Amino acid sequence: MSTNTKLNARKLDSTENFYGHKACGGCGESLALRLALKVLGDEAYLSLPAGCMAAVSFIYPNMAFKNNAIITPFASTAAVTTGIAAGLEALGKKKPLSVGFAGDGGTADIGIQSLSGAIDRGEKFIYICTDNEAYMNTGIQKSGLTPFGAATTTTPSGKVIHGNINEKKNMFEIVAAHGIEYAATASVGYLEDFINKVQKAKDCAGPSYIHVYSPCPTGWGHGSEITVDLGKEVVDTGLWYLAEFEKGEFSLNLKPKDFKPVKDHLMRQNRFRHINDEEIKMIETTRDAKWAKMLKNWNI
Amino acid sequence: MKEFKMSPKPMWNSLGDIPMGSSCPSFHITDINAGWRVFKPVVDLEKCIGCYRCYFVCPDGAIHMSDDKKADVDYSFCKGCGICAHECKPKAISMIKEEK
Repeated sequence: MSTNTKLNARKLDSTENFYGHKACGGCGESLALRLALKVLGDEAYLSLPAGCMAAVSFIYPNMAFKNNAIITPFASTAAVTTGIAAGLEALGKKKPLSVGFAGDGGTADIGIQSLSGAIDRGEKFIYICTDNEAYMNTGIQKSGLTPFGAATTTTPSGKVIHGNINEKKNMFEIVAAHGIEYAATASVGYLEDFINKVQKAKDCAGPSYIHVYSPCPTGWGHGSEITVDLGKEVVDTGLWYLAEFEKGEFSLNLKPKDFKPVKDHLMRQNRFRHINDEEIKMIETTRDAKWAKMLKNWNI
Repeated sequence: MKEFKMSPKPMWNSLGDIPMGSSCPSFHITDINAGWRVFKPVVDLEKCIGCYRCYFVCPDGAIHMSDDKKADVDYSFCKGCGICAHECKPKAISMIKEEK
């Protein structure tokens, strides 16, 4: 498919490459993975660390992937991905496509050094980070990408401290700071935007990184039917943004006219149930500062 | 989904029957997910306008578009999460409680 035509639901390949997996009902991560594989095709070679997506698809003797896939050590998703890319090239594959899928912990905490090294080597590979803002597979522990105020099992909400006291790590800009060929953020609420970014990553010559925001009904404590709704709302409230990094320039894909109220969005998730108005003010202040910076320095 | 492999689950009586290493090819499914459901989505074919939205947002890929461009649910693999019913603009999908 050429890059000029925009992908949408009708143009997508109708074969499923990720089917019969055991993820929880309404899992945002598996939705992102399923649609990414529709774009990448069954010729892509996948590497997944021991996160949710590996746990739900490689249950012996079940195999939910049509693609060839391997479970990597937790810290080395990107290293294995580039290794496979080198192997495919040595085998003489015409269009070697090696893809790493990791969660937020496997990307921002444990796997960050191998990702940094792989981007530095400049080989062609795609890395997709499905961000559900905590270590969900092991039972909802705080990761580097958990946002301020979210309750997890390691940052519970008590009388004094209300959930996580740290801010979310800015993974997208950390990756972009390497001078990567292509990096983007996406959300499962804006799926057409996401699949077009995957297509762009497939077409680019060097390393590429996509950070996709994917709600987790089990970990966040929301109804399984509102996964896509929350993914859309988080962009409309300004707490997440759709952006791209290409040729050394940041660009913003979507600028909401007015932000939707943050409180209504947060109160739909059980992990934010405890936070008070003062903390919501703090979240709004951080958001406004971030947006002021983005609107000033980034292309719109 | 039309083309996927579903092989019968092998019977294991002793440890020696379990094969060593990877024994199955990619895309080898032995179990179905139907037992997970509390509510099941039922498509009203008269209201369905064939917009592909439910097919697009299903995390399990359990909805495919039939030849006459209507949504068709694979009840063997639908987990009943309800995203399709929530996202359906013409409200053609309703969640109905499973009866055993």
